[in-house]
Amino acid sequence: MALQSLDIKARSATTTPSPSVRETLEVAKLIDISKCIGCKACQVACMEWNDLRDEIGTNVGVYDNPADLTAKSWTVMRFSEVEVEAGKLEWLIRKDGCMHCADPGCLKACPAPGAIIQYSNGIVDFHEEYCIGCGYCITGCPFNVPRISKTDNKAYKCTLCSDRVGVGLEPACVKTCPTGAITFGAKEDMIHRAEGRVADLKGRGYANAGLYDPQGVGGTHVMYVLQHADKPGLYSGLPKDPSISSMVCLWKGITKPLTSFAIGLVALGSLFHYITKGPNEVSNDIEKEFEE
Amino acid sequence: MKRDPKDLIRYTAPERANHWVVGMAFILLALSGLAFFHPAFYPLSQFFGGGVWARILHPFIGVVMALSFVAMFFRFWKLNLITPADKEWLGRIGEMVNGDDHNMPAAGKYNGGQKLLFWLLVCCIALLAVSGLVIWRAYFSALFPIGMIRFASLMHAMVAAGMICLIIVHVYAAIWTRGTIRAMLYGTVSRAWAKQHHSAWFRQITGGGK
Ligand code: HEM
Ligand code: SF4
Ligand code: SF4
Repeated sequence: MALQSLDIKARSATTTPSPSVRETLEVAKLIDISKCIGCKACQVACMEWNDLRDEIGTNVGVYDNPADLTAKSWTVMRFSEVEVEAGKLEWLIRKDGCMHCADPGCLKACPAPGAIIQYSNGIVDFHEEYCIGCGYCITGCPFNVPRISKTDNKAYKCTLCSDRVGVGLEPACVKTCPTGAITFGAKEDMIHRAEGRVADLKGRGYANAGLYDPQGVGGTHVMYVLQHADKPGLYSGLPKDPSISSMVCLWKGITKPLTSFAIGLVALGSLFHYITKGPNEVSNDIEKEFEE
Repeated sequence: MKRDPKDLIRYTAPERANHWVVGMAFILLALSGLAFFHPAFYPLSQFFGGGVWARILHPFIGVVMALSFVAMFFRFWKLNLITPADKEWLGRIGEMVNGDDHNMPAAGKYNGGQKLLFWLLVCCIALLAVSGLVIWRAYFSALFPIGMIRFASLMHAMVAAGMICLIIVHVYAAIWTRGTIRAMLYGTVSRAWAKQHHSAWFRQITGGGK
Protein backbone atom coordinates (compact mmCIF):
# COMPACT_ATOMS: atom_id res chain seq x y z
CA MET A 1 0.00 0.00 0.00
CA ALA A 2 1.29 3.42 -0.86
CA LEU A 3 2.61 5.17 2.21
CA GLN A 4 2.27 8.90 2.39
CA SER A 5 5.86 9.24 3.45
CA LEU A 6 6.96 7.48 0.27
CA ASP A 7 6.28 9.77 -2.65
CA ILE A 8 6.07 8.36 -6.13
CA LYS A 9 8.57 8.81 -8.93
CA ALA A 10 6.96 6.55 -11.52
CA ARG A 11 3.78 4.52 -11.80
CA SER A 12 3.15 1.80 -14.38
CA ALA A 13 0.90 2.58 -17.37
CA THR A 14 0.34 6.13 -16.22
CA THR A 15 0.88 9.17 -18.42
CA THR A 16 0.23 11.95 -15.91
CA PRO A 17 2.34 12.90 -12.85
CA SER A 18 1.95 10.91 -9.63
CA PRO A 19 1.98 12.46 -6.13
CA SER A 20 5.50 13.81 -5.90
CA VAL A 21 5.65 17.08 -4.01
CA ARG A 22 8.00 15.57 -1.42
CA GLU A 23 11.43 14.41 -2.40
CA THR A 24 12.55 11.55 -0.17
CA LEU A 25 16.11 10.43 0.39
CA GLU A 26 17.39 7.94 -2.18
CA VAL A 27 18.12 4.72 -0.30
CA ALA A 28 20.08 1.58 -1.13
CA LYS A 29 20.90 -1.83 0.25
CA LEU A 30 24.52 -2.85 -0.03
CA ILE A 31 25.31 -6.57 -0.11
CA ASP A 32 28.95 -7.31 0.54
CA ILE A 33 29.46 -10.73 -0.99
CA SER A 34 32.92 -11.04 0.57
CA LYS A 35 31.33 -11.01 4.01
CA CYS A 36 28.43 -13.38 3.31
CA ILE A 37 28.72 -16.82 4.90
CA GLY A 38 25.60 -18.25 3.24
CA CYS A 39 23.70 -18.82 6.49
CA LYS A 40 20.38 -17.77 4.87
CA ALA A 41 19.25 -15.84 7.94
CA CYS A 42 18.11 -13.13 5.50
CA GLN A 43 15.91 -15.65 3.66
CA VAL A 44 14.31 -16.59 6.96
CA ALA A 45 13.88 -12.95 7.99
CA CYS A 46 12.21 -12.23 4.66
CA MET A 47 9.75 -15.09 5.16
CA GLU A 48 9.10 -13.95 8.72
CA TRP A 49 8.51 -10.28 8.05
CA ASN A 50 6.47 -10.83 4.90
CA ASP A 51 4.65 -13.80 6.42
CA LEU A 52 5.43 -16.15 3.55
CA ARG A 53 5.93 -19.91 3.77
CA ASP A 54 7.07 -21.43 0.52
CA GLU A 55 6.56 -25.10 -0.18
CA ILE A 56 9.30 -27.25 1.30
CA GLY A 57 11.13 -28.42 -1.79
CA THR A 58 13.61 -31.22 -2.36
CA ASN A 59 17.36 -31.15 -2.15
CA VAL A 60 18.76 -30.89 -5.66
CA GLY A 61 22.34 -31.60 -4.62
CA VAL A 62 23.47 -28.03 -4.00
CA TYR A 63 23.02 -25.59 -1.14
CA ASP A 64 20.55 -23.43 -3.09
CA ASN A 65 17.22 -23.93 -1.37
CA PRO A 66 14.70 -23.10 -2.68
CA ALA A 67 16.34 -23.62 -6.05
CA ASP A 68 14.92 -20.44 -7.53
CA LEU A 69 13.00 -17.29 -6.68
CA THR A 70 9.27 -17.94 -6.42
CA ALA A 71 6.15 -15.93 -5.67
CA LYS A 72 6.76 -16.85 -2.02
CA SER A 73 10.56 -16.72 -1.92
CA TRP A 74 11.56 -13.17 -2.71
CA THR A 75 15.22 -13.70 -2.02
CA VAL A 76 17.41 -16.80 -2.41
CA MET A 77 21.07 -17.42 -1.80
CA ARG A 78 22.86 -18.67 -4.92
CA PHE A 79 26.01 -20.66 -4.29
CA SER A 80 28.71 -21.06 -6.91
CA GLU A 81 32.09 -22.74 -6.63
CA VAL A 82 34.66 -21.19 -8.94
CA GLU A 83 38.38 -21.27 -9.50
CA VAL A 84 39.33 -17.83 -10.74
CA GLU A 85 42.96 -18.72 -10.08
CA ALA A 86 43.78 -22.36 -10.79
CA GLY A 87 43.89 -24.39 -7.60
CA LYS A 88 42.24 -21.70 -5.47
CA LEU A 89 38.62 -22.60 -4.87
CA GLU A 90 36.27 -19.76 -4.06
CA TRP A 91 32.75 -20.09 -2.79
CA LEU A 92 30.80 -17.12 -4.09
CA ILE A 93 27.42 -16.73 -2.43
CA ARG A 94 25.07 -14.16 -3.88
CA LYS A 95 21.81 -13.06 -2.30
CA ASP A 96 19.55 -12.85 -5.36
CA GLY A 97 16.37 -10.79 -5.58
CA CYS A 98 15.02 -7.58 -7.03
CA MET A 99 17.71 -4.97 -7.71
CA HIS A 100 15.31 -2.01 -7.47
CA CYS A 101 16.56 -0.49 -10.71
CA ALA A 102 16.49 3.27 -11.21
CA ASP A 103 15.19 2.48 -14.73
CA PRO A 104 13.00 -0.57 -14.02
CA GLY A 105 12.17 -2.78 -16.99
CA CYS A 106 9.26 -4.31 -15.10
CA LEU A 107 7.57 -0.95 -14.65
CA LYS A 108 8.19 0.02 -18.26
CA ALA A 109 6.53 -3.16 -19.50
CA CYS A 110 3.56 -3.31 -17.11
CA PRO A 111 0.21 -2.47 -18.81
CA ALA A 112 -1.85 -2.12 -15.61
CA PRO A 113 -2.02 1.40 -14.15
CA GLY A 114 -0.54 1.48 -10.65
CA ALA A 115 0.44 -2.20 -10.46
CA ILE A 116 4.11 -1.19 -10.22
CA ILE A 117 5.23 1.87 -8.29
CA GLN A 118 8.66 3.42 -8.02
CA TYR A 119 8.93 5.56 -4.90
CA SER A 120 11.07 8.64 -4.93
CA ASN A 121 13.44 6.86 -2.53
CA GLY A 122 14.19 4.36 -5.31
CA ILE A 123 12.19 1.34 -4.11
CA VAL A 124 10.26 -0.46 -6.86
CA ASP A 125 7.13 -2.01 -5.40
CA PHE A 126 4.41 -4.21 -6.88
CA HIS A 127 0.85 -3.39 -5.85
CA GLU A 128 -0.79 -6.73 -6.38
CA GLU A 129 -4.35 -5.40 -6.11
CA TYR A 130 -3.90 -3.70 -9.51
CA CYS A 131 -1.91 -6.54 -11.10
CA ILE A 132 -3.69 -8.35 -13.94
CA GLY A 133 -1.24 -11.26 -14.09
CA CYS A 134 -0.06 -10.78 -17.67
CA GLY A 135 3.61 -11.41 -16.89
CA TYR A 136 4.88 -8.45 -18.92
CA CYS A 137 7.06 -7.50 -15.90
CA ILE A 138 8.94 -10.78 -16.34
CA THR A 139 9.43 -9.95 -20.01
CA GLY A 140 10.77 -6.50 -19.10
CA CYS A 141 13.05 -7.35 -16.16
CA PRO A 142 16.76 -7.68 -17.07
CA PHE A 143 17.43 -9.70 -13.88
CA ASN A 144 14.70 -12.36 -14.18
CA VAL A 145 13.12 -11.45 -10.85
CA PRO A 146 9.28 -11.23 -10.83
CA ARG A 147 7.30 -14.43 -10.36
CA ILE A 148 3.59 -15.01 -10.90
CA SER A 149 1.84 -16.87 -8.13
CA LYS A 150 0.01 -20.05 -9.05
CA THR A 151 -2.54 -19.26 -6.33
CA ASP A 152 -3.76 -15.83 -7.37
CA ASN A 153 -1.99 -15.11 -10.70
CA LYS A 154 -0.41 -11.94 -9.34
CA ALA A 155 3.23 -10.98 -9.68
CA TYR A 156 5.43 -10.90 -6.56
CA LYS A 157 8.99 -9.93 -5.73
CA CYS A 158 11.14 -8.28 -3.04
CA THR A 159 9.59 -5.02 -1.80
CA LEU A 160 12.84 -3.86 -0.18
CA CYS A 161 10.55 -3.88 2.86
CA SER A 162 8.91 -0.66 1.65
CA ASP A 163 6.53 -0.97 4.60
CA ARG A 164 9.43 -0.95 7.07
CA VAL A 165 11.45 1.68 5.22
CA GLY A 166 8.37 3.91 5.08
CA VAL A 167 8.36 4.10 8.88
CA GLY A 168 12.09 4.48 9.30
CA LEU A 169 13.18 0.86 9.78
CA GLU A 170 15.76 -1.00 7.74
CA PRO A 171 14.71 -4.05 5.66
CA ALA A 172 14.26 -7.31 7.60
CA CYS A 173 17.21 -9.02 5.90
CA VAL A 174 19.51 -6.16 6.89
CA LYS A 175 18.30 -6.32 10.47
CA THR A 176 19.04 -10.03 10.64
CA CYS A 177 22.37 -10.52 8.86
CA PRO A 178 24.79 -11.81 11.54
CA THR A 179 28.00 -10.83 9.70
CA GLY A 180 26.99 -7.34 8.67
CA ALA A 181 27.21 -8.33 5.00
CA ILE A 182 23.98 -6.43 4.28
CA THR A 183 23.75 -2.76 5.13
CA PHE A 184 21.12 -0.18 4.34
CA GLY A 185 21.01 3.61 4.19
CA ALA A 186 21.23 6.58 1.88
CA LYS A 187 22.51 5.47 -1.52
CA GLU A 188 25.27 8.02 -1.31
CA ASP A 189 26.44 6.62 2.03
CA MET A 190 26.27 3.07 0.74
CA ILE A 191 28.47 3.95 -2.23
CA HIS A 192 30.89 5.53 0.20
CA ARG A 193 30.90 2.46 2.42
CA ALA A 194 31.42 0.25 -0.64
CA GLU A 195 34.47 2.28 -1.62
CA GLY A 196 36.06 1.47 1.72
CA ARG A 197 35.25 -2.23 1.34
CA VAL A 198 36.62 -2.29 -2.22
CA ALA A 199 39.87 -0.65 -1.11
CA ASP A 200 40.19 -3.24 1.68
CA LEU A 201 39.58 -6.14 -0.72
CA LYS A 202 42.11 -4.76 -3.18
CA GLY A 203 44.63 -4.63 -0.37
CA ARG A 204 43.95 -8.31 0.29
CA GLY A 205 44.78 -9.35 -3.25
CA TYR A 206 41.43 -8.97 -5.00
CA ALA A 207 42.72 -6.62 -7.68
CA ASN A 208 39.39 -6.53 -9.51
CA ALA A 209 37.16 -5.94 -6.51
CA GLY A 210 34.44 -3.36 -7.18
CA LEU A 211 30.94 -2.10 -6.66
CA TYR A 212 28.08 -3.49 -8.76
CA ASP A 213 25.72 -0.58 -9.43
CA PRO A 214 25.02 -1.14 -13.15
CA GLN A 215 24.52 2.12 -15.02
CA GLY A 216 22.73 0.39 -17.92
CA VAL A 217 19.61 0.40 -15.73
CA GLY A 218 20.42 3.82 -14.29
CA GLY A 219 22.06 2.27 -11.23
CA THR A 220 20.31 0.05 -8.70
CA HIS A 221 19.05 0.41 -5.15
CA VAL A 222 20.41 -2.99 -4.25
CA MET A 223 24.14 -3.05 -4.87
CA TYR A 224 26.84 -5.68 -4.46
CA VAL A 225 30.44 -5.50 -3.42
CA LEU A 226 32.09 -8.11 -5.65
CA GLN A 227 35.56 -9.62 -5.26
CA HIS A 228 35.63 -10.02 -9.03
CA ALA A 229 33.72 -7.04 -10.36
CA ASP A 230 35.21 -7.62 -13.81
CA LYS A 231 33.41 -10.98 -14.01
CA PRO A 232 29.94 -10.63 -12.44
CA GLY A 233 28.90 -13.75 -14.38
CA LEU A 234 30.84 -15.83 -11.83
CA TYR A 235 28.17 -14.98 -9.27
CA SER A 236 25.52 -17.37 -10.60
CA GLY A 237 25.10 -15.45 -13.82
CA LEU A 238 24.84 -11.88 -12.58
CA PRO A 239 24.62 -9.94 -15.88
CA LYS A 240 27.68 -7.89 -16.82
CA ASP A 241 26.08 -4.82 -18.38
CA PRO A 242 22.37 -5.22 -17.76
CA SER A 243 19.96 -2.88 -19.49
CA ILE A 244 16.36 -3.07 -20.60
CA SER A 245 16.37 -5.20 -23.77
CA SER A 246 16.22 -3.15 -26.98
CA MET A 247 13.26 -5.32 -27.99
CA VAL A 248 11.35 -4.20 -24.88
CA CYS A 249 12.33 -0.56 -25.51
CA LEU A 250 11.00 -0.79 -29.06
CA TRP A 251 7.85 -2.57 -27.95
CA LYS A 252 7.08 -0.11 -25.17
CA GLY A 253 8.71 2.87 -26.88
CA ILE A 254 7.94 4.39 -30.25
CA THR A 255 5.90 1.42 -31.50
CA LYS A 256 2.84 2.29 -29.42
CA PRO A 257 2.36 6.00 -30.20
CA LEU A 258 3.37 5.46 -33.81
CA THR A 259 0.97 2.61 -34.50
CA SER A 260 -1.84 4.22 -32.46
CA PHE A 261 -1.38 7.27 -34.67
CA ALA A 262 -1.49 5.07 -37.78
CA ILE A 263 -4.77 3.45 -36.63
CA GLY A 264 -6.28 6.89 -36.03
CA LEU A 265 -5.08 8.08 -39.41
CA VAL A 266 -6.63 5.13 -41.25
CA ALA A 267 -9.95 5.61 -39.43
CA LEU A 268 -10.08 9.35 -40.05
CA GLY A 269 -8.76 8.88 -43.59
CA SER A 270 -11.67 6.55 -44.32
CA LEU A 271 -14.20 9.02 -42.97
CA PHE A 272 -12.74 11.88 -44.97
CA HIS A 273 -12.51 9.71 -48.06
CA TYR A 274 -16.24 9.15 -47.80
CA ILE A 275 -17.12 12.79 -47.37
CA THR A 276 -14.79 13.95 -50.15
CA LYS A 277 -15.28 11.21 -52.77
CA GLY A 278 -18.78 10.06 -51.89
CA PRO A 279 -20.02 6.48 -51.95
CA ASN A 280 -19.10 3.98 -54.63
CA GLU A 281 -22.54 3.37 -56.13
CA VAL A 282 -23.83 1.40 -59.09
CA SER A 283 -23.83 3.71 -62.11
CA ASN A 284 -27.16 4.94 -63.47
CA ASP A 285 -26.64 3.12 -66.79
CA ILE A 286 -26.29 -0.25 -65.17
CA GLU A 287 -29.09 0.51 -62.71
CA LYS A 288 -31.45 1.27 -65.63
CA GLU A 289 -30.39 -1.83 -67.52
CA PHE A 290 -31.83 -3.96 -64.72
CA GLU A 291 -35.03 -1.97 -64.26
CA GLU A 292 -37.91 -3.17 -66.31
CA MET B 1 -33.24 -2.02 -50.06
CA LYS B 2 -35.43 -3.87 -52.51
CA ARG B 3 -35.01 -7.63 -52.47
CA ASP B 4 -35.65 -9.33 -55.71
CA PRO B 5 -35.95 -13.05 -56.63
CA LYS B 6 -33.38 -12.37 -59.34
CA ASP B 7 -30.76 -11.33 -56.77
CA LEU B 8 -27.54 -13.27 -56.95
CA ILE B 9 -26.35 -15.49 -54.12
CA ARG B 10 -22.88 -14.40 -53.01
CA TYR B 11 -22.50 -16.19 -49.66
CA THR B 12 -24.18 -19.28 -48.24
CA ALA B 13 -25.44 -19.23 -44.66
CA PRO B 14 -22.48 -21.29 -43.32
CA GLU B 15 -20.06 -18.93 -45.06
CA ARG B 16 -21.76 -15.93 -43.50
CA ALA B 17 -21.84 -17.52 -40.04
CA ASN B 18 -18.16 -18.36 -40.31
CA HIS B 19 -17.33 -14.80 -41.31
CA TRP B 20 -19.32 -13.35 -38.40
CA VAL B 21 -17.65 -15.58 -35.85
CA VAL B 22 -14.28 -14.37 -37.10
CA GLY B 23 -15.51 -10.78 -37.18
CA MET B 24 -16.96 -10.78 -33.68
CA ALA B 25 -13.92 -12.50 -32.26
CA PHE B 26 -11.74 -9.91 -33.97
CA ILE B 27 -13.64 -7.01 -32.42
CA LEU B 28 -13.37 -8.56 -28.95
CA LEU B 29 -9.66 -9.21 -29.51
CA ALA B 30 -8.97 -5.69 -30.71
CA LEU B 31 -10.81 -4.13 -27.74
CA SER B 32 -9.20 -6.37 -25.11
CA GLY B 33 -5.77 -6.28 -26.77
CA LEU B 34 -5.75 -2.49 -27.05
CA ALA B 35 -6.41 -2.33 -23.30
CA PHE B 36 -2.88 -3.70 -22.71
CA PHE B 37 -1.45 -1.82 -25.66
CA HIS B 38 -1.35 1.69 -24.25
CA PRO B 39 -2.59 3.29 -21.01
CA ALA B 40 -4.91 5.50 -23.06
CA PHE B 41 -6.89 2.38 -24.05
CA TYR B 42 -6.81 0.66 -20.63
CA PRO B 43 -10.46 1.65 -19.90
CA LEU B 44 -11.49 -0.70 -22.74
CA SER B 45 -10.79 -3.53 -20.29
CA GLN B 46 -14.04 -2.52 -18.54
CA PHE B 47 -15.98 -4.10 -21.42
CA PHE B 48 -14.63 -7.43 -20.24
CA GLY B 49 -15.11 -6.96 -16.51
CA GLY B 50 -11.74 -5.36 -15.77
CA GLY B 51 -8.08 -5.88 -16.57
CA VAL B 52 -7.81 -9.36 -15.10
CA TRP B 53 -10.74 -10.69 -17.11
CA ALA B 54 -9.46 -9.01 -20.28
CA ARG B 55 -6.10 -10.72 -19.70
CA ILE B 56 -7.74 -14.09 -19.12
CA LEU B 57 -10.23 -13.92 -22.01
CA HIS B 58 -8.15 -12.39 -24.78
CA PRO B 59 -6.00 -15.43 -25.64
CA PHE B 60 -8.97 -17.82 -25.56
CA ILE B 61 -10.91 -15.57 -27.93
CA GLY B 62 -7.72 -15.57 -30.01
CA VAL B 63 -7.85 -19.33 -30.28
CA VAL B 64 -11.52 -19.15 -31.37
CA MET B 65 -10.66 -16.61 -34.04
CA ALA B 66 -7.60 -18.48 -35.28
CA LEU B 67 -9.54 -21.75 -35.62
CA SER B 68 -12.55 -20.18 -37.31
CA PHE B 69 -10.23 -18.28 -39.62
CA VAL B 70 -8.61 -21.55 -40.66
CA ALA B 71 -12.08 -22.78 -41.65
CA MET B 72 -12.67 -19.59 -43.60
CA PHE B 73 -9.29 -19.92 -45.26
CA PHE B 74 -10.21 -23.30 -46.69
CA ARG B 75 -13.52 -21.93 -47.95
CA PHE B 76 -12.03 -18.99 -49.80
CA TRP B 77 -8.34 -19.45 -50.61
CA LYS B 78 -8.85 -20.70 -54.16
CA LEU B 79 -11.00 -17.72 -55.03
CA ASN B 80 -8.24 -15.43 -53.82
CA LEU B 81 -5.39 -16.66 -56.00
CA ILE B 82 -3.91 -13.58 -57.62
CA THR B 83 -4.05 -13.43 -61.45
CA PRO B 84 -2.36 -11.04 -63.91
CA ALA B 85 -5.64 -9.11 -64.15
CA ASP B 86 -5.56 -8.60 -60.39
CA LYS B 87 -2.04 -7.25 -60.63
CA GLU B 88 -3.23 -4.74 -63.19
CA TRP B 89 -6.15 -3.88 -60.91
CA LEU B 90 -3.73 -3.24 -58.07
CA GLY B 91 -1.58 -1.10 -60.35
CA ARG B 92 -4.59 1.14 -60.98
CA ILE B 93 -5.80 1.18 -57.39
CA GLY B 94 -5.23 4.94 -57.21
CA GLU B 95 -8.00 5.50 -59.77
CA MET B 96 -10.33 3.26 -57.80
CA VAL B 97 -9.68 5.13 -54.57
CA ASN B 98 -10.32 8.34 -56.46
CA GLY B 99 -13.82 7.04 -57.20
CA ASP B 100 -13.27 6.38 -60.90
CA ASP B 101 -13.63 2.70 -61.83
CA HIS B 102 -14.04 3.12 -65.61
CA ASN B 103 -10.64 1.74 -66.50
CA MET B 104 -10.47 -0.93 -63.83
CA PRO B 105 -10.00 -4.44 -65.23
CA ALA B 106 -13.06 -6.67 -64.82
CA ALA B 107 -12.97 -8.27 -61.39
CA GLY B 108 -13.97 -11.86 -60.68
CA LYS B 109 -15.66 -12.76 -57.40
CA TYR B 110 -12.91 -10.75 -55.70
CA ASN B 111 -10.93 -7.83 -57.04
CA GLY B 112 -7.17 -7.46 -56.66
CA GLY B 113 -7.53 -5.34 -53.53
CA GLN B 114 -9.74 -7.88 -51.80
CA LYS B 115 -7.35 -10.67 -52.67
CA LEU B 116 -4.35 -8.75 -51.41
CA LEU B 117 -6.22 -8.05 -48.18
CA PHE B 118 -7.05 -11.75 -47.85
CA TRP B 119 -3.41 -12.80 -48.01
CA LEU B 120 -2.28 -9.99 -45.71
CA LEU B 121 -4.85 -11.12 -43.16
CA VAL B 122 -3.66 -14.71 -43.48
CA CYS B 123 -0.13 -13.53 -42.60
CA CYS B 124 -1.34 -11.33 -39.73
CA ILE B 125 -3.39 -14.05 -38.12
CA ALA B 126 -0.63 -16.63 -38.45
CA LEU B 127 1.87 -14.25 -36.85
CA LEU B 128 -0.57 -13.19 -34.12
CA ALA B 129 -1.47 -16.76 -33.25
CA VAL B 130 2.16 -17.87 -33.00
CA SER B 131 3.37 -14.80 -31.08
CA GLY B 132 0.24 -14.84 -28.93
CA LEU B 133 1.00 -18.39 -27.84
CA VAL B 134 4.57 -17.44 -26.90
CA ILE B 135 3.38 -14.54 -24.70
CA TRP B 136 0.54 -16.55 -23.13
CA ARG B 137 2.08 -16.51 -19.67
CA ALA B 138 -0.41 -18.78 -17.93
CA TYR B 139 0.27 -21.81 -20.12
CA PHE B 140 3.04 -21.44 -22.66
CA SER B 141 5.60 -18.71 -21.94
CA ALA B 142 7.65 -20.97 -19.66
CA LEU B 143 8.44 -23.12 -22.71
CA PHE B 144 10.26 -20.32 -24.51
CA PRO B 145 13.52 -18.44 -23.92
CA ILE B 146 13.18 -14.84 -22.71
CA GLY B 147 14.61 -13.38 -25.94
CA MET B 148 11.87 -15.06 -27.94
CA ILE B 149 9.17 -13.82 -25.55
CA ARG B 150 10.46 -10.26 -25.94
CA PHE B 151 10.51 -10.56 -29.71
CA ALA B 152 7.02 -12.09 -29.73
CA SER B 153 5.68 -9.25 -27.55
CA LEU B 154 6.96 -6.66 -30.01
CA MET B 155 5.71 -8.69 -32.94
CA HIS B 156 2.25 -9.24 -31.46
CA ALA B 157 1.77 -5.54 -30.75
CA MET B 158 2.96 -4.38 -34.18
CA VAL B 159 1.09 -6.99 -36.18
CA ALA B 160 -2.08 -6.38 -34.14
CA ALA B 161 -1.93 -2.66 -34.92
CA GLY B 162 -1.34 -3.46 -38.60
CA MET B 163 -4.27 -5.86 -38.66
CA ILE B 164 -6.57 -3.32 -37.01
CA CYS B 165 -5.66 -0.87 -39.81
CA LEU B 166 -6.37 -3.53 -42.46
CA ILE B 167 -9.76 -4.33 -40.93
CA ILE B 168 -10.72 -0.66 -40.80
CA VAL B 169 -9.97 -0.49 -44.53
CA HIS B 170 -11.91 -3.74 -45.10
CA VAL B 171 -14.99 -2.51 -43.22
CA TYR B 172 -14.80 0.92 -44.81
CA ALA B 173 -14.60 -0.57 -48.31
CA ALA B 174 -17.78 -2.53 -47.57
CA ILE B 175 -19.56 0.61 -46.41
CA TRP B 176 -18.20 2.75 -49.23
CA THR B 177 -19.33 0.30 -51.91
CA ARG B 178 -23.08 0.61 -51.49
CA GLY B 179 -25.07 -2.61 -51.51
CA THR B 180 -22.20 -4.71 -50.21
CA ILE B 181 -23.04 -5.19 -46.54
CA ARG B 182 -26.17 -7.18 -47.41
CA ALA B 183 -23.91 -9.81 -49.00
CA MET B 184 -22.64 -10.65 -45.52
CA LEU B 185 -26.06 -10.19 -43.87
CA TYR B 186 -28.49 -11.97 -46.18
CA GLY B 187 -26.04 -13.52 -48.62
CA THR B 188 -27.39 -11.84 -51.75
CA VAL B 189 -26.44 -8.92 -53.96
CA SER B 190 -28.36 -7.23 -56.76
CA ARG B 191 -27.53 -8.03 -60.37
CA ALA B 192 -26.67 -4.41 -61.00
CA TRP B 193 -24.19 -4.46 -58.10
CA ALA B 194 -22.53 -7.56 -59.47
CA LYS B 195 -22.24 -6.17 -62.98
CA GLN B 196 -20.84 -2.88 -61.70
CA HIS B 197 -18.28 -4.16 -59.23
CA HIS B 198 -17.50 -7.75 -60.24
CA SER B 199 -18.37 -7.98 -63.91
CA ALA B 200 -16.30 -11.08 -64.63
CA TRP B 201 -18.03 -12.90 -61.75
CA PHE B 202 -21.39 -11.61 -63.02
CA ARG B 203 -20.73 -12.99 -66.50
CA GLN B 204 -19.52 -16.27 -65.07
CA ILE B 205 -22.60 -17.01 -62.94
CA THR B 206 -25.25 -15.58 -65.23
CA GLY B 207 -23.70 -16.87 -68.43
CA GLY B 208 -23.51 -13.30 -69.70
CA GLY B 209 -27.24 -12.67 -69.29
CA LYS B 210 -28.94 -9.85 -67.54
C1 HEM C 1 -4.71 -15.49 -32.64
C2 HEM C 1 -4.63 -15.77 -31.41
C3 HEM C 1 -4.21 -14.77 -30.35
C4 HEM C 1 -3.63 -15.12 -29.16
C5 HEM C 1 -3.34 -16.54 -28.68
C6 HEM C 1 -3.35 -13.90 -28.44
C7 HEM C 1 -2.74 -13.85 -27.20
C8 HEM C 1 -2.37 -12.69 -26.55
C9 HEM C 1 -1.78 -12.64 -25.24
C10 HEM C 1 -1.46 -13.86 -24.39
C11 HEM C 1 -1.58 -11.34 -24.93
C12 HEM C 1 -0.99 -10.80 -23.62
C13 HEM C 1 -2.11 -10.37 -22.73
C14 HEM C 1 -2.80 -11.56 -22.11
O1 HEM C 1 -2.14 -12.38 -21.47
O2 HEM C 1 -4.03 -11.67 -22.29
C15 HEM C 1 -2.01 -10.54 -26.06
C16 HEM C 1 -1.92 -9.17 -26.15
C17 HEM C 1 -2.43 -8.42 -27.21
N1 HEM C 1 -3.14 -8.92 -28.29
FE1 HEM C 1 -3.43 -10.84 -28.71
N2 HEM C 1 -3.76 -12.82 -29.18
C18 HEM C 1 -4.29 -13.31 -30.36
C19 HEM C 1 -4.86 -12.55 -31.38
C20 HEM C 1 -4.92 -11.17 -31.40
C21 HEM C 1 -5.53 -10.39 -32.46
C22 HEM C 1 -6.22 -10.92 -33.69
C23 HEM C 1 -5.35 -9.09 -32.14
C24 HEM C 1 -5.77 -7.92 -32.97
C25 HEM C 1 -6.69 -7.17 -32.81
C26 HEM C 1 -4.63 -9.04 -30.87
C27 HEM C 1 -4.26 -7.89 -30.22
C28 HEM C 1 -3.50 -7.84 -29.09
C29 HEM C 1 -2.95 -6.63 -28.54
C30 HEM C 1 -3.10 -5.22 -29.12
C31 HEM C 1 -2.26 -7.00 -27.38
C32 HEM C 1 -1.50 -6.08 -26.44
C33 HEM C 1 -0.08 -6.05 -26.93
C34 HEM C 1 0.78 -5.19 -26.06
O3 HEM C 1 0.60 -5.20 -24.84
O4 HEM C 1 1.65 -4.55 -26.61
N3 HEM C 1 -4.39 -10.33 -30.46
N4 HEM C 1 -2.49 -11.40 -27.03
S1 SF4 D 1 1.88 -9.36 -14.15
FE1 SF4 D 1 1.03 -7.66 -12.91
S2 SF4 D 1 2.79 -6.43 -12.27
FE2 SF4 D 1 3.50 -7.81 -13.91
S3 SF4 D 1 3.27 -6.56 -15.78
FE3 SF4 D 1 1.35 -7.70 -15.59
S4 SF4 D 1 -0.02 -6.36 -14.44
FE4 SF4 D 1 2.06 -5.52 -14.19
S1 SF4 E 1 15.32 -6.10 -10.89
FE1 SF4 E 1 13.59 -6.52 -12.28
S2 SF4 E 1 11.82 -6.54 -10.93
FE2 SF4 E 1 13.46 -5.49 -9.77
S3 SF4 E 1 13.17 -3.29 -10.30
FE3 SF4 E 1 14.66 -4.11 -11.78
S4 SF4 E 1 13.37 -4.65 -13.54
FE4 SF4 E 1 11.97 -4.45 -11.77
